[in-house]
Amino acid sequence: MTAVAKVAVDGWMIAWRNLLHVRRSVDWAFAAVVQPVMFVLLFGFVFGGLLGGAAYREYLLAGILVQTLAFNSAFTVIGLSTDLRKGFIDRLRSLPMSGVSVMVGRTLSDLAVSVVAMLVTCLCGLLIGWRVRGSFLDAVLAFLVLLVFAFAMSWIGALIGLISPSPEAAQSAGLIWLTPLTFVSSGFVPEESMPGPLRVIAEWNPLTAVINAVRGLFGNTVPGLDVASGSWPDDHASAYAWLSSLLIVAVFVPLSMRAYRRVAAR
Amino acid sequence: MTAAVEARGVVKSYKAHRALDGVDLTVPTGTVLGLLGPNGAGKTTMVRVLTTLLRPDAGDVRVAGYDVVTQSADVRRSIGLSGQYAAVDESLTGYENLYLVGRLYGLKAAAARARARELLALFRLEQAASRLLRTYSGGMRRRLDLAGALVARPAVVVLDEPTTGLDPRSRLDTWEMVRRLVDDGASVLLTTQYLEEADHLADSIVVIDRGRVVERGTSDELKARVGSERLEIVVADHADLPALTRVLAEVGAAEPVVDEHLRRAHVLVHVGPKTLVEALKRLDAQDVRVLDVSLHRPKLDDVFLMLTDRADDGEDS
Repeated sequence: MTAVAKVAVDGWMIAWRNLLHVRRSVDWAFAAVVQPVMFVLLFGFVFGGLLGGAAYREYLLAGILVQTLAFNSAFTVIGLSTDLRKGFIDRLRSLPMSGVSVMVGRTLSDLAVSVVAMLVTCLCGLLIGWRVRGSFLDAVLAFLVLLVFAFAMSWIGALIGLISPSPEAAQSAGLIWLTPLTFVSSGFVPEESMPGPLRVIAEWNPLTAVINAVRGLFGNTVPGLDVASGSWPDDHASAYAWLSSLLIVAVFVPLSMRAYRRVAAR
Repeated sequence: MTAAVEARGVVKSYKAHRALDGVDLTVPTGTVLGLLGPNGAGKTTMVRVLTTLLRPDAGDVRVAGYDVVTQSADVRRSIGLSGQYAAVDESLTGYENLYLVGRLYGLKAAAARARARELLALFRLEQAASRLLRTYSGGMRRRLDLAGALVARPAVVVLDEPTTGLDPRSRLDTWEMVRRLVDDGASVLLTTQYLEEADHLADSIVVIDRGRVVERGTSDELKARVGSERLEIVVADHADLPALTRVLAEVGAAEPVVDEHLRRAHVLVHVGPKTLVEALKRLDAQDVRVLDVSLHRPKLDDVFLMLTDRADDGEDS
């Protein structure tokens, strides 16, 4: 077996093990499935009436999708820090396998969880009137944008999980930054409605780019809620979405791998 | 033939604390070495260095002939580790745990499946094969952890406190398993706080304390080095205990150990019968009524207490 094949097999084994954990844990299923459904219904019907009813619910779905995937990065955080605490990572480090497999296995299994959460969110959306109004190819592209984004977020989570002193600290560190990040975006209201500095942050927030790109690809742009702001990220949503996801991967993969090697020395 | 483990001048510091301060040890192939020491002596740090989990600051360490720093991948292929805190996966079944480890050692799926079944049978865990680990008892968990260390039939097995927290029956089982390993040709390094365990299993013993080797040899050699016998005296009256302690301190080769409750004290002595007569003479002169007198060969505990003479400050390795 070549070295690359061994890394791939080992990565798959770690992902298999992580997914067994998911299947056997109620918490994970709850967070990955119940939470997005809850948000779709809460936002869709609590704010929906004031913000445009059916049109708002259509507008909202891309926001909930991206929010769900962003929050799923907390699974990577908690998974890794728990494995560290329980000595599982040490056990793996004493085996003839590469750390790359451990990290890739983790991020891939979390990606699988994200796919399930994404499908659940879309099904829930279909029930309340959301539709794919663009072409089939654009829809595939939209899901691809979402998956690459989820994968990128997972690597940020990996770094947080590895440098956190405990799973408890990791859990709060893994979630705290996500709330402002997901709300100061075009996920729930148009960024144009926000006051000055907040609006600039929302415009340049990579999540806004992903949300706008997905909305465009699904054909969910709603007059009145989507205002062309004329800013660069708004005009190049797809390009900016891909660029930021790939940039996150390029930065956080090496950082996480370095952190993985460092936890050894503790 | 090269030794299974060869460590020279191993140093590892955590900030100002020297966890390992120049440790030398050798495990000849096909033998068991007992690494003995109190909590915080550096046993676990040494295990982490030997298993490539920790890079030593200085020193030369070879395991199965490979350098732990420059050839860590080869070392990992040659060792099996069973941890102090059973590093088994709670949310997997016994079978899944062993299958996973087998695949990660590079076994093909079919081979990993067969090996997992074989080990479950060997460790009497067949009935529990498809139960989640979190439903296992402490003893079963430890057996599975030990099985995990043997999946790839490693040449060198490192057991970090394999019986800590086990009931006596599981402990005997573990000992039996270690003996069988050695019969099959493996070399074993085991750490323990239990002298009895080292006495039973180890061909040679290294005692470490505060990161330094304080003694080494076979258990017989260690016992002989400390004192030939142990003199034990019981007095009739509680009030005489201080006098007894004083006398034993005068005639003995080490500090006497007193048991208030049993009105008993004992001390290590070099020439048993002669010292016994002397002690009784002195006690008689002070009108101390003696109830019972006995001479024993020293237990390894005596050696250990003498070598690692310090208050237990609860420091952890």
